[in-house]
Amino acid sequence: MFSIVKERVGQILLPGDEFCCGPQDTLPLTDSGRPERLVAGPGLRRSGDRLLVSRSGVLRHKEPNKFWIESQQRRYVPAKGETVIGIVTAKSGDVFKVDYGGSEQASLSYLAFEGATKRNRPNVQVGDLVFAQFVVANKDMEPELVCIDGSGRANGMGVFGAAGLLIKVSLGLVRRLLVPHSDLRADLEQLFPCELVVGMNGRIWVRAASVQQTLILANLLQSCDTMTAPQRQQLFRRIQLGALQD
Amino acid sequence: MAGDSVRLSKNLLRMKFMQRGLDAETKKQLEEDEKRIISDEHWYLDLPELKAKENLIIEEKSLVPCEDLFYGRLSFRGFNPGVEKLMALLNPKDEKEEEEDDVSHMQTDVTDEEMALRYESLVGTLKKKFAKKRERATMDEDDVNQNIVEKNSKKAFLKPQD
Repeated sequence: MFSIVKERVGQILLPGDEFCCGPQDTLPLTDSGRPERLVAGPGLRRSGDRLLVSRSGVLRHKEPNKFWIESQQRRYVPAKGETVIGIVTAKSGDVFKVDYGGSEQASLSYLAFEGATKRNRPNVQVGDLVFAQFVVANKDMEPELVCIDGSGRANGMGVFGAAGLLIKVSLGLVRRLLVPHSDLRADLEQLFPCELVVGMNGRIWVRAASVQQTLILANLLQSCDTMTAPQRQQLFRRIQLGALQD
Repeated sequence: MAGDSVRLSKNLLRMKFMQRGLDAETKKQLEEDEKRIISDEHWYLDLPELKAKENLIIEEKSLVPCEDLFYGRLSFRGFNPGVEKLMALLNPKDEKEEEEDDVSHMQTDVTDEEMALRYESLVGTLKKKFAKKRERATMDEDDVNQNIVEKNSKKAFLKPQD
């Protein structure tokens, strides 16, 4: 099964393509002698013994056993464990309603902040930006967010956004920003001191030393979305020269 | 009294005070009957044993573990030092970068060893501040390792001998 799937890595697949595996195929020659598990990432689904493709895109592989389909999209589908930027839209009782750009609003309990107790409520108003992670996210239930991790620490999550700009980009750009060896991040490092908060739902919040720099950064990220690498580097160089002139 | 006219009910016969007069055998019989009733009430599936198939494919809905994506908060050129620390903590570490980091940390931060040394002496000085006069006198005679020689600092009342 592995070998069948590995052959198609790098090729374009369409929804409906499937990889069947018989019981004899799933015993590759590993050291331990046990059959290896295959991790089917986004875009791939399991149906019994078969692996089905549910999105059109390029098949990618990562050692030792991870496969996924890489495709373009702007619409975010929540997944458990992902961190997103949400906007608080309503406060009803003990729960905040947060809009993350999905089909429905997520709920965020007021106790899910670091150091929050029934007496000590967090300082969250309607319209605030929150950086939170999904703790329940499936198609059958209302999504739930929390601003703490398993051990109760915030780890950078929570309310933020005193001065800065929120922009909406495609999910591909978010991935390109956060991938381990990212050219985009290296280019941004060369520009000017700035701070970004990147949500997996396609929202990026930027802040820099001055308003002008913040605006430059926001426009840069929006346009980087649809540029190739050389075009982008040209743009960055132009801005760097411009910044030196200021 | 207990003639044919009075028929005692099953539940009555099952009560403790009625069972004291019974033989051991009848008691066992009754127990077995009860157990049989209980086990008959339990339901079970009359199917052959199905082996649970080991699933070799695990579904992962999120892209974060697939590509080892970084943490969402980023800061460049020291704009937000708190976020830079978080980045160092939460992001998967690169082997090359770790060596460079060690050099820079040694220069700017106070190392753990220095802190430990500092605290050792600090505790001693603060303790002296709150000690009473008599204790302070005895404390000065201690050696570096704080090995206090036991002596009675409090003088007990000595009764005068006639």
